[in-house]
Amino acid sequence: MRTAITYLLLVIGAVMFAYPFLWMLAGSMKPEMEIAGMGLFSSNFNLTSYQQVFTKIPIGRAFVNSLIVSFSATASVVFFGSMVGYALAKLRFAGSNLLYIVILFTMMIPFQIVLIPQYLLMVKLGWTDTYLALVAPTMMSALSIVMFRQFFLSIPSALLDAARIDGCSEPRILFSIVWPLARPVMITVAILTFMASWNEVLWPLMVVRERSLMTMPQIVTLFTIGGEAESQLGSLLAAATLLSLPVIVAYGFFQRYFIESMASTGLKG
Amino acid sequence: MPWGERRSLLSGTNDVTVSILSKIRQSDKNGYWFVLPYVLFFLAFVAYPLCFSIILVFHRWNIVTPMEWVGLKNFQRLVADPLFLKSITNTLTFLLIHIPLQILVALVFALLLNSKVRLRGFFRALFFLPVVVSGVAVTILWQQLYSYDYGVLNGLLHAIGLPSIPWLIDPAWAMPSIAIMATWKNVGIYIVLFLVGLQNIPSELYEAASLDGATPSKQFRHITLPMLNPTVILIVVLSTIGGFSLFIEPYVLTGGGPMQSTLSGMLYIYNQAFYFNHMGYAATLGFVFALVILLVVIIQRRVIETEAT
Repeated sequence: MRTAITYLLLVIGAVMFAYPFLWMLAGSMKPEMEIAGMGLFSSNFNLTSYQQVFTKIPIGRAFVNSLIVSFSATASVVFFGSMVGYALAKLRFAGSNLLYIVILFTMMIPFQIVLIPQYLLMVKLGWTDTYLALVAPTMMSALSIVMFRQFFLSIPSALLDAARIDGCSEPRILFSIVWPLARPVMITVAILTFMASWNEVLWPLMVVRERSLMTMPQIVTLFTIGGEAESQLGSLLAAATLLSLPVIVAYGFFQRYFIESMASTGLKG
Repeated sequence: MPWGERRSLLSGTNDVTVSILSKIRQSDKNGYWFVLPYVLFFLAFVAYPLCFSIILVFHRWNIVTPMEWVGLKNFQRLVADPLFLKSITNTLTFLLIHIPLQILVALVFALLLNSKVRLRGFFRALFFLPVVVSGVAVTILWQQLYSYDYGVLNGLLHAIGLPSIPWLIDPAWAMPSIAIMATWKNVGIYIVLFLVGLQNIPSELYEAASLDGATPSKQFRHITLPMLNPTVILIVVLSTIGGFSLFIEPYVLTGGGPMQSTLSGMLYIYNQAFYFNHMGYAATLGFVFALVILLVVIIQRRVIETEAT
């Protein structure tokens, strides 16, 4: 009896979380008149709404922009984060403790306070409407440094000393000994950074007005509120589906990594 | 303070400088090269904006004309600004519904998943799905679900004989609607966090308790809940920070309306900066919101920690 109730509740939960997405997918393919219903099927499924989205906004270009921005941010955060994290964990130099405290302090600053000044900095540098404005402020992250440092502390120093005695330079130790050991934390940092970058909307809205440079969530946002969708539910749902599809596919393949990564920051935060 | 140290302080900074210099000389130079990129990044994108924000709050500036010193006028305006107050109370409304709802839903599903069920991974993955999907897509989707005349939610209410709810039309309902949507989107993270918390409770505690004749409901109240307290603190703090950062949901869903009932802090900052070009005032709002967030989070931690003991 108890297990029956458990399963019943779980299935209700599953429907609660899955049905809206299925409804969105179905709605994006239904003719406009049939979308309002609760049903998930229609004998008139077609791709007209998708055609409308592709003709009205450069969503393909936006997809490429999002890929460029998210991949460069991720590569940079992993590269520099591991470098700084390694220095803080394994190299002895005056000021390292101070730097670590500063990094922890950075993590506590609510972003609201730096948002407007950061935007004005972009204006001053003339970086608005460039990829640079989208990528530069997210090229390094305090959280990633802390995560790398934490992980590197667990690597025995004897291993590194042995390499040093053999004449290995510090960069080589980092790249050819430490990096291969650090795969779990690298995956975590990469997923977190990529997701944050891919789903970011506020910052692109602030620094990019040029349509050809817009990211995917940004252009879908403007499509929705800017009246271009002309209140056609079908094309709105098609745009939303196109926006969620890449992430859902990636999530389908690496679901376990996604969940572990996102839960792990919560635990440390 | 030992005498030697005080003397060196009194005799000027020479000794101190020398000792710092010698420490740096003994340091591993690679360390400096490795952290240099971050130091530059920090100076440009953290330290500079922080300092600049402190300058901005004392100025009026529309980017086009030169900055104008206005003293404390931005703060005077903020204190008397009904929209600033509205954005704070809106955020509190959001948090008051979002946090309890999120904890309740997350706890229920975590407890269900923690019992011996098949397909646990499948359910967990499904509950987590909205977390990874873009907030914009989720908001577009929920805009349709919330539609007064055609929405699925009102359709469901009709099916069980209840009247329609003016989800996004009624100022009293609009913010709760956003809170419900945000719960649906984020609860997956917290289910996983509670699951981790539940699995970290040593099973000996339950064994000892049942030997002493404690009923399952008593065990839940005196073992499970107290042991989950750190997770609860975490959820409250993360949700609060999230609530104060609310932007895209009201921006897409309601534009802050109806009657400013969903105007969030972030949305108000954005409007001041990009519709009215009030950079100084927008920076002041950001500054004050940051202080409010820090204050609220500190108070929350205190309250929850003392209540637990």
